[in-house]
Amino acid sequence: MRKLKILRQFMKGNLIKYFFAILFSGVAVIFSIISPMVISFTIDSVVGTEPMNLPTWISNYVVKIGGRDALRENIWIVGLVFVLLTALTGIFQYIKNRWFAVTTEKSTKNIRDTLYDSLQHMEYYEHVKSQTGDLTQRSTADVETMRKFMANQVTQVGEILFTVVFTLIVMINLNVKLTLYSLCVIPFIFIASIIFFTKVKKVFHEVEQADSELHTTLQESLTGVRVVKAFARQTYEMDRFKEKNGNLKKEVRKLNELMAWYWSMSDLLCMTQAMIVLFISVSWAATGQITLGTLILFVAYIRNLIWPIRQLGRVISDMGQAFVAFDRIIEILEKPLEPKDIQGLTPEIKGNIVFENVSFHYPDGTCPLKDISFEVKQGQTVGVLGPTGCGKTSLMHLLVRLFDFQKGSIKMDGYEINEIDKKWLRSNVGIVLQEPFLFSKSVVDNIKMSNPEASINEIEKATKIAAIHDSILSFEKGYDTLVGERGVTLSGGQVQRVAIARTVLNNHPVLIFDDSLSAVDMETDIMIRQALSERSKGVTTFIISHRINTLAQSDFIIVIDKGTIVQKGTHEELVLEDGLYSRIWNIQSSVEEQEGVNT
Amino acid sequence: MGNNTFQEEVFSKGFNMALWRKMLKYAKPYKNKLIVLSLFMAMLAGFDAVIPLMQRYAIDNFIVMGSTTGTTIFFIGYAVIIVIQTLIIKAMISYAGHVETGICYDIREDGFNHLQELSFSYYDTTPVGWMMSRLTSDIWRLGSTLAWGLVDFAWGICMMLVTSVVMLVLDWKLALLTFTVIPLLFVISIFFQKRILFNHRDIRKTNSLITAAFNEGIQGVKTTKTLVREEGSLDDFKKITGEMKRKSISAATFAAIYMPIVILLGSIGAGIVLWRGGTNLMVGTLSYGTLAAFITYALQFFYPIRDMARIFTDLQSAQASAERIMSLLETEPDILDNTEVLKENGFNDEENWPEIKGNVVFEDVTFAYKTGEKVLEHFNLSVKAGENIALVGDTGSGKSTIVNIACRFYEPTGGKILIDEHDYTQMPMQWLYSNLGYVLQSPHLFSGTIKENILYGKLDASDDEILRASKLVNLHDIVMKMEKGYDTKVGEGGSLLSTGEKQLVSFARAIVSDPAIFVLDEATSSVDTETEFLIQDAISNILENRTSFVIAHRLSTIRSSDRILVIREGKIVEQGTHQQLLENKGHYAKLYTNQYSMQLD
Repeated sequence: MRKLKILRQFMKGNLIKYFFAILFSGVAVIFSIISPMVISFTIDSVVGTEPMNLPTWISNYVVKIGGRDALRENIWIVGLVFVLLTALTGIFQYIKNRWFAVTTEKSTKNIRDTLYDSLQHMEYYEHVKSQTGDLTQRSTADVETMRKFMANQVTQVGEILFTVVFTLIVMINLNVKLTLYSLCVIPFIFIASIIFFTKVKKVFHEVEQADSELHTTLQESLTGVRVVKAFARQTYEMDRFKEKNGNLKKEVRKLNELMAWYWSMSDLLCMTQAMIVLFISVSWAATGQITLGTLILFVAYIRNLIWPIRQLGRVISDMGQAFVAFDRIIEILEKPLEPKDIQGLTPEIKGNIVFENVSFHYPDGTCPLKDISFEVKQGQTVGVLGPTGCGKTSLMHLLVRLFDFQKGSIKMDGYEINEIDKKWLRSNVGIVLQEPFLFSKSVVDNIKMSNPEASINEIEKATKIAAIHDSILSFEKGYDTLVGERGVTLSGGQVQRVAIARTVLNNHPVLIFDDSLSAVDMETDIMIRQALSERSKGVTTFIISHRINTLAQSDFIIVIDKGTIVQKGTHEELVLEDGLYSRIWNIQSSVEEQEGVNT
Repeated sequence: MGNNTFQEEVFSKGFNMALWRKMLKYAKPYKNKLIVLSLFMAMLAGFDAVIPLMQRYAIDNFIVMGSTTGTTIFFIGYAVIIVIQTLIIKAMISYAGHVETGICYDIREDGFNHLQELSFSYYDTTPVGWMMSRLTSDIWRLGSTLAWGLVDFAWGICMMLVTSVVMLVLDWKLALLTFTVIPLLFVISIFFQKRILFNHRDIRKTNSLITAAFNEGIQGVKTTKTLVREEGSLDDFKKITGEMKRKSISAATFAAIYMPIVILLGSIGAGIVLWRGGTNLMVGTLSYGTLAAFITYALQFFYPIRDMARIFTDLQSAQASAERIMSLLETEPDILDNTEVLKENGFNDEENWPEIKGNVVFEDVTFAYKTGEKVLEHFNLSVKAGENIALVGDTGSGKSTIVNIACRFYEPTGGKILIDEHDYTQMPMQWLYSNLGYVLQSPHLFSGTIKENILYGKLDASDDEILRASKLVNLHDIVMKMEKGYDTKVGEGGSLLSTGEKQLVSFARAIVSDPAIFVLDEATSSVDTETEFLIQDAISNILENRTSFVIAHRLSTIRSSDRILVIREGKIVEQGTHQQLLENKGHYAKLYTNQYSMQLD
């Protein structure tokens, strides 16, 4: 029931039209059942001598124009009526198809937009837990399955039901016994098609499996072509590919063989049914029990029945997929969301931050932080150092409320951070991520993302700070250069610098650099930091880095290991202290020390 | 606008006979099957056209005569036809499927093997996605069109032929009258099928935009959140879905017009039959059975026509696919073994390959890309066995090209490279490659276990050799900490390992075969200091007693090199040891002291 409610939500505004479309498919079916009657009527009662067995209002009309004789003389009239009836069928079919398309496409757009919106507003941890591929799969393939359900399967089932019901009514009216003969094989066709299409899914799945294995092998071998060549492993790769290729061939052939059996055997059943009807009706028509026209009608109607019913199994087994797909879509929609509208405090943020006994871990217990306490005054720069792991990054995530901590308190200018509205907080705390993401649009559009109203002047100022302005100009299309998916056309260092420009485009009172200078060379690193410190007087800054040199000028440095602050102080203090900081300093400065001796 | 690009893509070329003749090579192994298949389809079409005749016979001989004598034999005959039809259908699907999968398999194998032979210059300019879709979707389209297209084509042609002949024989005047709708049926079918195919493609393109947008939206969600761009992104997304909606509705509307029109045309044919045939029947020149048969034929005629129109458009897109596949198959590799010279010198036999010591000499080497852009000109360099060379220079200075040429990933366009006195173009490619250790800035691992990845460097390496390599590069201790040790899966592209771990595995893989020449594009990726220390140590272990080329980023590597080359615009502007270069007070000294003083700042 809940599912129905959600579906109704998606189809809002389109439901009435959708039902009319179903209704019209019934009307089209009725006309398509009537039109063969024109032929049988012509054969029996116009060119033949059977009595006209017509509804009164039509026979009144026929009498008015002169009865059978007039029809015999102007036999084109029945031809025209036949064409007109077909045209009517066509018109209703057209309206039905068009309305189905309009309603389902509109509803599909709703589903897509709603999903996208949910994905954007989903709690960040839900994204951490999920796999990109899975979410994308649900948003694309599953939505497509739903679309097909609304656009094709409901239509087909509706049409088949209308056809079966209306045809049966007409057939029973014509001849009950012949109708029964017409139905003797049909149930078997139906059952066979259901069984087959349910069973064949497993084989389909195996084909997909083989196909995706081939895909992976291909992808790996082609992207790793340098490795393949450098290790002279072409033959090895060819053998590996040959195996996957052969496997795919085998699986597809297996599926094809099953298909060959099913289609031929179900054809046999269908043709047998048609033959039985022909056989009986020929014998009866020869002995005068039915008219020739009735025979022609039955031969036509039996086709109406057998071919759709053979398809029904497929449609029904596909519908099962639609329900699964719908469940998977609903699962996304039901994940916890961050509020879309401002909910919470929106104080002016200056950049005084106090951590007090903050403890945090992911809901699954990983990435713990324990009893973190320190204080940052407006305009100070804090360096953060620590071994690879998630401690440093989660600390920064807390500052933009990608996560909320479990214990303790973080105060931003005196306000408890958890009470400040998330979006408000994020527009005040600028963060350059460890693995920055560029979207596949132009460089300038990427930079403008943080401030769509920024002027060209402001953008250039930002790119100059990030030391990327000249590189951008050196591209053929300059600022209009398109960034490939995940920024593949730019080098790692360039991506980081574009991301820095994007963040510093806004004048945030708090700035975080989450190891975001790692792919930039030392010289540029220094240039960027100098430019920043000139512009960002009064901005509270956090810098996470593995390079001591990057951290050395900070007002103070905190060293995080295994989730706790193990050291805190200025560079000069920490160098003299026995601990992680001085150990790393010693490794990194060994170069310089030796150099000092030499010069 | 979209219409124009489509025409350019597909219709501008017309039928490309030469191309299809080349593709015929792939159909050849299935020649017999294809001939039998066509015969089957002809028979099937014959039977399909005969069924209305059977009905005609039944009407005229049993019903109109009012007699049932002979019905039993008649229906036995009818049943036999049905059974034969069933058997043909079974055989037809089996055969066509067999041919389709066979052709796909053959082309795919050829394509892949050819790709393996192509040189780096090809890979540098061709996106992997492009090659992937040539080997997957294009091949499917071609294979299925060749197999099923033939099936439908043979059936359609025979069906039309047999039906027309039967109708003409039964009553040629009525037949000709009925045929009047056929030209229109043809024109309309081709027009619609073309447009429908085009719309289909257009929608597929838009759909892939939606997939990409979802993908980006999900992968970039952290960025979007931190930039507070949720609403803006949704607006952008809605534009794409809006376009999708508009295109889908108009495509569906268009397709919805087609079927009613053809069925209507069929009914006009039937209407004509009713009118003229009915008149003839009343004057006695036409039998009831013939009238019924004519109506059936008229109503059925659009099936083969629709199929033919579809094949016509399918063939056009299959031709585009075939062109793309051919362009891949016909790309000549830049680097090939010179088999004649090899035979002459006896180097075609692996046992005669001389051992590589590692002397590398660039003799007056010039290199230009195909575009004409010159990267190196009269470049000379002599590297002694065991020497460690560091290359320093800006992006685009040519240092990567020098290394790629040394490895024979590119061959010089002028001058020559001597490896231990042998001009390498006169030697087998594998001779050099099998003596090469190669580590990339971003290591590429294959899905499988750590062990399998190390084995990639030497397929027949013993456990002992693996262990030794792994210990040499400081990987062993890290692996032993993993639950499954060397059997730990690395995931697709090595995604389950950290960057540092991946790098160490790629070191072990490069070193397990004990290569004479080692090439390293040093990484500046983000690993923590202690891992970095392990990597540094691994590098110095690897480089010992081996000729090496290092594209250097790290000061420590540069400092300990035997010789540092400072490269600028394809030329060596300075060379010497770290010490010498500092004393020279040239580029290097400036570069180095700059960095150094800033670091102390």
